[in-house]
Amino acid sequence: MTDLKTTYLGLDLKNPLVPSAGPLSRDLQNIRHMEDAGAAAVVFYSIFEEQLEHESLELFHHTTQHAESYAEATSYFPETVEFKFGPDEYLNQIRRAKESVSIPVIGSLNGKSVGGWVDYAKQIQEAGADALELNIYRLAADMNQSGTDIEKEYVEIVKAVTKNVTIPVSVKIGPFFSSIPNMAQQLEKAGAKGLVLFNRFYQPDIDLEILEVVPNVLLSTPMAMRLPLRWIALLHGRVGLDLAATSGIYTEKDVLKMLMAGANVTMMLSSLLKFGIHHIADVLAKMKYWMEVNEYESVEQMRGSMSYIKSPDPSQFERANYMKALQSYK
Amino acid sequence: MERKKVTIDGNEAAAYVAYNTNEVIAIYPITPSSNMGEWCDQWSSENKQNIWGEIPSVTEMQSEGGAAGAVHGALQSGALTTTFTASQGLLLMIPNMFKIAGELTPTVFHVSARALAAQALSIFGDHSDVMSTRQTGFAMLASNSVQEVMDFALISQAATLKSRIPFLHFFDGFRTSHEVMKIEQLTKEDMKQMIDEQLIFEHRNRALSPDHPVMRGTAQNPDVYFQGRETVNPFYNACPGIVQDTMDKFAGLTGRQYNLFEYYGPQDAERIIIVMGSGATAIEEVVDYMSAREEKVGVLKVRLYRPFSIKHFINTLPKTTKFITVLDRCKEPGAAEPLYLDVVNAVTESFNEGTLPFAFPKITGGRYGLSSKEFTPAMIKSVYDEMKKSNPKNHYTVGIIDDVTFTSLEFDPSFSVEAPETFRGKFYGLGADGTVGANKNSIKIIGEGTDYFAQGYFVYDSKKSGSTTVSHLRFGPKEIKSSYLISTSNFVACHQQVFLEKMDMLSDAMEGATFLLNTKIAPEHVWETLPEKVQSDLINKKMKLFVIDAYKVADEVGLGGRINSVMQTCFFAISKIFEKDAAIELIKTAIKKTYGAKGDKVVQMNFMAVDKTIENLFEVPVPEKVTSRIALQPAVSGKDVPAFVMDVTAKIIEGKGDLLPVSKMPVDGTYPLATARWEKRNIALEVPEWDEDVCIQCNKCVIVCPHASIRSKIYDPAVVHGAPETFKAVNFKSKEYGEGLKYSLQVAVEDCTGCGLCVDVCPAKNKREPKYKAINMVEQLPLRERERANWDYFLTIPELDRREINISSVKDSQFLEPLFEFSGACSGCGETPYVKLVSQLFGDRSLIANATGCSSIYGGNLPTTPWAVNKDGRGPAWSNSLFEDNAEFGLGFRLAVDKHNLQVKNLIAKHASLLGEALVRSILDAPQKTESDIYEQRERVAELKGKLAGILSNGYDPAIKGELEHIVSLADYLVKKSVWIMGGDGWAYDIGYGGLDHVIASGKNVNILVLDTEVYSNTGGQCSKSTPRGAVAKFAAGGKTGNKKDLALMAMSYGNVYVAKIAMGSNDAQTVKAILEAEAYDGPSIIIAYSHCIAHGINMGTAMKNQKAAVDTGYWPLFRYNPETEEGKNPFKLDSKAPKMAFRDYAYMETRYKMLTKSHPDVAENLMKQAQEDVVRKWKFYEEMASEPAAKKDEVK
Repeated sequence: MTDLKTTYLGLDLKNPLVPSAGPLSRDLQNIRHMEDAGAAAVVFYSIFEEQLEHESLELFHHTTQHAESYAEATSYFPETVEFKFGPDEYLNQIRRAKESVSIPVIGSLNGKSVGGWVDYAKQIQEAGADALELNIYRLAADMNQSGTDIEKEYVEIVKAVTKNVTIPVSVKIGPFFSSIPNMAQQLEKAGAKGLVLFNRFYQPDIDLEILEVVPNVLLSTPMAMRLPLRWIALLHGRVGLDLAATSGIYTEKDVLKMLMAGANVTMMLSSLLKFGIHHIADVLAKMKYWMEVNEYESVEQMRGSMSYIKSPDPSQFERANYMKALQSYK
Repeated sequence: MERKKVTIDGNEAAAYVAYNTNEVIAIYPITPSSNMGEWCDQWSSENKQNIWGEIPSVTEMQSEGGAAGAVHGALQSGALTTTFTASQGLLLMIPNMFKIAGELTPTVFHVSARALAAQALSIFGDHSDVMSTRQTGFAMLASNSVQEVMDFALISQAATLKSRIPFLHFFDGFRTSHEVMKIEQLTKEDMKQMIDEQLIFEHRNRALSPDHPVMRGTAQNPDVYFQGRETVNPFYNACPGIVQDTMDKFAGLTGRQYNLFEYYGPQDAERIIIVMGSGATAIEEVVDYMSAREEKVGVLKVRLYRPFSIKHFINTLPKTTKFITVLDRCKEPGAAEPLYLDVVNAVTESFNEGTLPFAFPKITGGRYGLSSKEFTPAMIKSVYDEMKKSNPKNHYTVGIIDDVTFTSLEFDPSFSVEAPETFRGKFYGLGADGTVGANKNSIKIIGEGTDYFAQGYFVYDSKKSGSTTVSHLRFGPKEIKSSYLISTSNFVACHQQVFLEKMDMLSDAMEGATFLLNTKIAPEHVWETLPEKVQSDLINKKMKLFVIDAYKVADEVGLGGRINSVMQTCFFAISKIFEKDAAIELIKTAIKKTYGAKGDKVVQMNFMAVDKTIENLFEVPVPEKVTSRIALQPAVSGKDVPAFVMDVTAKIIEGKGDLLPVSKMPVDGTYPLATARWEKRNIALEVPEWDEDVCIQCNKCVIVCPHASIRSKIYDPAVVHGAPETFKAVNFKSKEYGEGLKYSLQVAVEDCTGCGLCVDVCPAKNKREPKYKAINMVEQLPLRERERANWDYFLTIPELDRREINISSVKDSQFLEPLFEFSGACSGCGETPYVKLVSQLFGDRSLIANATGCSSIYGGNLPTTPWAVNKDGRGPAWSNSLFEDNAEFGLGFRLAVDKHNLQVKNLIAKHASLLGEALVRSILDAPQKTESDIYEQRERVAELKGKLAGILSNGYDPAIKGELEHIVSLADYLVKKSVWIMGGDGWAYDIGYGGLDHVIASGKNVNILVLDTEVYSNTGGQCSKSTPRGAVAKFAAGGKTGNKKDLALMAMSYGNVYVAKIAMGSNDAQTVKAILEAEAYDGPSIIIAYSHCIAHGINMGTAMKNQKAAVDTGYWPLFRYNPETEEGKNPFKLDSKAPKMAFRDYAYMETRYKMLTKSHPDVAENLMKQAQEDVVRKWKFYEEMASEPAAKKDEVK
């Protein structure tokens, strides 16, 4: 009997398939489907402190802008006793998910201020989340901000949050650090228990017809998995962090590769959006079949087997790999 | 018992008791009573309980008539039921009021008394409405102050149950309904004590019930109706006593003793004013003043006006009464006013019966305070002084100058009895800067944080964009009875420095007063920027000057233009009413209370503003000498200003309308057009500037401009001369109007409101720097002078000949001169682009019936009108009748026009031989379908008139003189007239729907334009049947649960009605096409136009995107149903494509939908799903309609 169990952030998971943060988890029905399809845990969609603030200011602006200007209409909206601007809706969704499914629920948070990070993290914990993923999103567009400054910010946030919550905390990062291993080490020291590789930043596009920069959300392609694959392989066994692979995971083979590179769990979103939630069951079955055919006993057995420290040729993951690849292409 | 002190306005006071003591509330919005219904709706949605622990049922109806019907029904079914209304709304309730009273049914209608529309509409207060109901059988109880409103609301509720006579409880619109006053709040226990539950059971026992059935509402014949009518006498006879008993019981509870009639003044007074309403409190001030100077004057306040108890009235008058003057706040043309007649009758009857305790006095009557006209101590004193004269005036007016029939009393405007110990502050602000809101908070803080008496009253101008507000705050240790604006102030705050050049705001400041100015100028330089008059007032009156850059502070904390918290803090810091820290704490508590619901971030930003204010507030030493040469700007300037504009309009703009004598006013409410162009408001901080190199000459900015402030012309450069150096012109890119033409796009920067819609829709971008377009917003001030000259020059360029213009294209239609310009509509208004377009296409031959609402206000509220005329003196003839009857009103236009047309056609046919057979035939056969046709017909009619003039002057058969003169009088009707019926969705979907339905069923050639904002915009965003499912509106605070009415589909069901749904922001070409087709169709047409609105909670500068999104989701399908479509073809054409985005993606662009996700997320989600299903279902239906050609047409036949 093939053992698919794994652990992630101290949670015992029945297999390594976890839907990553995204819009599907907004609907409770989807979360139930994920569990039914075999997902071992679910990462919730991200809550954005900045967005909540923005919504509050926007509502304030639009409901007060024209008030008390004109004798016949001293206001244009009914006075509502209270608007719920906090993360209430999000927290309720976590609570409801916890009541509806038995798999672990991982919250996801994008804060703005340190106070916001901590406050929301505590609330997510109180709502019953089993773990928390910090979706730290810093795009270094400011010329006066150095890489060190940015890294420091990450560390500060992680320190502040982990000091204030008891649930395990992972950090979802982007690939744009000068030294990912060093950054991983810093985050570990700051209190993180896991690392999610990688955050796919929103990539704007240019519309040639209207000459505007436009949002163009693209689903990740299978090719995208190469980036996390390398860094998971490089980090496995060298840091004390659990590793979650995300980006471009479509098939059972992608999952197997990531596990062999050293991932504790593999996270899917684009493939679920494309093929539907039942895709989890399909990948799981095929993965299990492959492991049986290839006589793997357990996920634990294969985890990290092809990592930097265990693979037959670790230099493949290093810079030389690039040169060789080019040559082999010839 | 210690009761809570609250600082609230009259409407809230009435609603508080009405809500607590009723079970069913039926409402309909009308100014100034709307807030009463809104309060009840809000409390009901918050599940607040009445005194019996129940949540009253609050239902919005389609009209006041509907509300009265629902009230009548609920009363007949045994519920304690109430309603709120005013003005014409009350008149619509009259039929039911007779029924309710005739059936002896207890209820209270709370009315904020308002003027009736006569020669003009007015939203302001007087007793014209309530006096129109005095014959209904309702008891009438008048409150004079906010405290009395609360008290009398309860007294009337208790008395109606006891007497079974329905009550109309009224108070003065605005003066009392909107005055914020510190009062003692009645407790629920008070209310329970006053309401006898046994009477409620009796009321229920009388209800219609199948368990003990009766019938009520029979029809009666001559034999018994009369007797039946007299059965109620005992109830009316008992009513005054019951009311007095109730008042006595109330006094026992609260210590406030009221009486049916109350006398105030010395017991030996000889000159007595009889009055009802808020004016009484001001009279009391004068009585105090004059009595202290040994003048024998007093005032009798009428509380219970109906039933009128002569006994109580006479007994209340002092035994020394020699002269009575009755002041009525209404006018009864051609007869004496009602209260006067009642008093004359009372005294006469009493005299005849020998019960008059004094000799028959002199009695005169006067009118005052119509439409909230100020009623000041100066005027009151003149009334008392008049009574001393040997030959006093009767039936006079006070408060105006009547130089026509010389009814008015003279008064000394400088006379004042303002109490010196009372603080009196005036605050000048912009509507959008939050000044009024802050002052409402301030007066509440003072009222509830001190033992002072406190009063706040707020004055708004009639513009919806760039409006100014003046807040009048009084507080102090002495009771405040001043029911009039502050006449002398010891504090003046100017929240916008630009006002200093427009308003003489320190003229009524007292010596030693304080002036607070918000200015961007540094304290050390501010003196130089003050106008000469301001400097001299500051010096001569030994005033103190404080300045702050409130914009800087607000901006630093992220509040943008909302300077209210900053200015409020300055006021408290300067006035030192509280210790500094205590003041800050109180302000913050108020901020938390006001904005807490809107999120912590908003609260924190306001807190930061408060904290930063003190360090930015500076006292500026006032120099000894005036150094400024800056003069106050004239209200109207320019060349060739018409005399009427100079003599009348300008005075109103300057705020001196009160000084205009009767002779200056038109006798019948008729006013000249094209006056808005003289009112250069300069309200935009930023205005569009044309980049002629980038421009593609599409004219989209022109069609979309809500204020007609951007215009384009093409012209032969040879015919224009003397262009200013900076005037821009480029070669016109098209050739259809000939070679070598120039194209100019010009902005009227002084009339622009700065909305930015033009920039948003501009499709041309600068290729090197696409953040710039062919039109870009720039600061107005540096351009003002230059562009004023350019605009003046632009106006001199000849308009293109209408005959040459291809009016069916968007671009070319915009070369037509707009005859609707510079309205006072909101910046970025979604309605006015359609109105303007109609004025361009047909304005020179149109009659417009305009329903009451936003469009009647920005179209017809004095001082100016945007409706204009062309160089030939032709333009839209515009009128507003009522809210509910607009379709019928417009149909009346059509009937008259058609009648005139038929009559004159018959006459010219009859006299063809005399007038010329060929000319008459060509007139009768004229197609009049195109601009050229119309032009030619006008030429023929001119020829006809010329011939007639010749015939009439050179000899003719006297037997036909009359008929020839009729032809002269009616000849203009030979030219096709275009009848337009315009209004909002409140009119078309709700109150006027019955009439609209009848008019479109009539088959007559009228064009109906529904400016659909999906709420009652003018009265503040109340729900209509057009409000979409899932949107929040007033009276639908929890989100509208029902679907929007499909007015278009209902209209299409007739088969012979042209119907179109349009949205300019989605498809301007379809908009133009539909309007042209509607007008061309010789039958009824209805166009439903998506009109974005400030009540949607959107960015008005990009609102055309919302229109586009509404269409792209399929929510607002664009279509045209043209009954004239060729046989065999489908008359229904869907002009928009299948939905390409989800409804929620459009909806959540707008606060009206989004706020529900923050207040009731689950409800929002559920309604959003239903709304999406509505869209899918409706789209499928329309798609099927569009795909079944002949069958559909056959069906409707």
